This record gives sequence, structure tokens and C-alpha cells, in this order.
Amino acid sequence: MTDPLPQPALPESIAARFAGLDVSAFRGQTRVVVPAAEAHGLLAALRAEGFDLLVDVTCVDYLEYRGATRRYGLVYLLASTGGGQRLTVRVFLDDPQPAIPTVVDVWPGAEWLEREVWDMFGIRFEGHPDLRRLLMPEAFTAHPLRKDYPLQGRGERHNFPVLTRDEG
Amino acid sequence: MALELPENVVVSRLDELANWCRKNSLWPMPFATACCGIELMATGASKHDLARFGAEVFRFSPRQCDLMIVAGRVVMKMLPVLQRIWLQMHEPKWCISMGACASTGGVFDTYAVVQGIDRFIPVDMYVPGCPPRPEQLIQAIIDLQDKIQAEGTITGREFGTRQRQARKRALVEALGPTGVDAARNPVVQRDLRLALQDSPSRPSAASPPR
Repeated sequence: MTDPLPQPALPESIAARFAGLDVSAFRGQTRVVVPAAEAHGLLAALRAEGFDLLVDVTCVDYLEYRGATRRYGLVYLLASTGGGQRLTVRVFLDDPQPAIPTVVDVWPGAEWLEREVWDMFGIRFEGHPDLRRLLMPEAFTAHPLRKDYPLQGRGERHNFPVLTRDEG
Repeated sequence: MALELPENVVVSRLDELANWCRKNSLWPMPFATACCGIELMATGASKHDLARFGAEVFRFSPRQCDLMIVAGRVVMKMLPVLQRIWLQMHEPKWCISMGACASTGGVFDTYAVVQGIDRFIPVDMYVPGCPPRPEQLIQAIIDLQDKIQAEGTITGREFGTRQRQARKRALVEALGPTGVDAARNPVVQRDLRLALQDSPSRPSAASPPR
């Protein structure tokens, strides 16, 4: 059986420009871990290198995760529509006030993806043109996908006026 | 005193007559948010034919409806919308909570899902099921018709659920500060105004400055 996937590798020019990247491969998928300060530069270089599609931006909260040393793991899933390669870029962030420069200037489609991550995890994307909540109501104050947020909330779902027959 | 009436005249009370008219011409407002909405559509379609009970005229404007059927889970972002639609419906009006999610939150016991719409709006009939079959919804409408014939009135004022609801309101207040900013929620503000008007015994410090 032949391997249908292109051989995972980081483009040569990227590997030369960003020394000391942590590159690993697992089941045909390449993963790059980059410090937060270099993330924007690396992602912009990858965009110029042909990774023209930002598939998703999401996040993992590693609070109390076995063996984890950093709290938040941002995930950028990139794809090259021309070459067919895929690439995962990870950026690890910590409390308090995790923040990272936005990539909306690189991929305009990142706008809502980053708004969702801000809404759910409270990662602040600096330079984002419109960093509002995407899913939760505007008046919501918590970031519900953080692991220290209780599953049943902190009473938000009960905080509404009660309408009775008299007020109909 | 004996009153001579022709044989083709029937005597009734106006209340009875109004109730009979209302129960046989319910106009449902479908508030269908999930899979219960599919069963709601099946109920209105030809096989189950809700028209047999005079309730086939689904209208998507609350101004034209007198029966709200909440079919599916209601998330907290949707609840102010639900309450506004309920307030926009004219009296007399009734509400059916269709399915486990609308009645109790169902399996969605999470921060975003309202755990039963009857916490926040009055409900007349609950339909169990996940989702209920159309027969169950039709049974609920038949039961609601009996209820309308027995209880419905011209004004709908004596339903008097304020005392019952006050207990739930106390529960909400006991939950203390929450993540939602009450100052920015128009429905909360309206409710506070109503509460201040209705309770003259409240200390004057709590009333807004004049």
C-alpha cells in the first residue's frame, strides 16, 4: 500500500529562516510548535510559502492535564490548496491574560475564528479589528470552555425575569 | 318565570360560547428550535392533520397567534427572544412546552441551556418525549382544549400565577450575582420596573430617584 499523503515536511526556506522550531510528525501530519512572539512572523511566512487556507483556529485548555506545563495550546490548522499539504502550528500561552498578535492581516477569514477563541477561552488577539464575543450573549462575562468554568455555569442560565400571566 | 323559546334557539353563557370558539380555532405559533420541530411539522402535515382539531393555521407572526408551541431546547441567548414573542402575543394565549428539552432542559444540563421554559414564561401543557410523536402533541392540544373550555375567560386575568411564580423569582434572586449584566438587558430592566410598581411596601431606598 502506498502512502497517499505527501511526505510531511516544513518548507526549506521556513526551516532556514526560523531556527530552533520544534517540528514533529505523527501519522502523516506535521506539527510545528512556535513561541508566541514568533508566531505571527512564522504564519505570515507560511502564507507566503503557499499555505493559503487557514482551516481553523482553536484552542485547548491543558489545566490539570497530565504532564502539561503550559496552560493554553492554540492550534492553527493550515492547508495549501495548490500543493495539497497540511500543517498544524501550535502556540502555547499562559495565565494571566493570555494574548497573541492577530493573524487577520494574513488571512482575513481568521476574524470570526479568533472571535470564537476569545469568546470560549479568553485568549486576547492583539490588533484584531473587532474582538467581540461570537457565540455567547454580549453581556456574558465568563469564558465557558476554560476547564475551571463549571459545566452548569455560574447561574447565568437562571438570570432572567419571570413572566407571569398577569404581565402578559 | 317561564320563557317561551322557539325550538331552534339554544341558550348558553357568553363565556361558554367564547371558550368554545377559542378552543376550536387555536392558531399555533411554532417556536421550533430542534428535532421536536420536525415532529411539530409532521403534526401539521397531512398524515396527522392538525386541521381536524381546528389548529392547523400556523402563523409566524406572534400578533396573529394564541398558542405558542415551544418545540426544542432554548438557549440563554434565545430566551429574551422567546419572552419578547410571548409578550407580543395577544390575550387570551396559551403555551405548550413540547418535549423534554423545552420542559426540563433534557440532557443538555449545561451553562447555555435554559432548564425548562416554565421557569421564565407560563406554560399550560407539557408534552413528554424526546421527541414526542405527533399523536402526543395532538393529545396535548385536545387536553388544552378541555382546559380552555373549563378555565378560559374573556380577560385571562384570573390565572393569577404571580404567587406561584414569586417562589421561582425568589430562587433566582437567591442565586446572587451572576455573569450576565442586568443593566444591559432590556427585559430585566422592564421586569425591575414592574416589580417596583407592584410592591409599595418595598423600602424607598430601592426605588429609582425621581
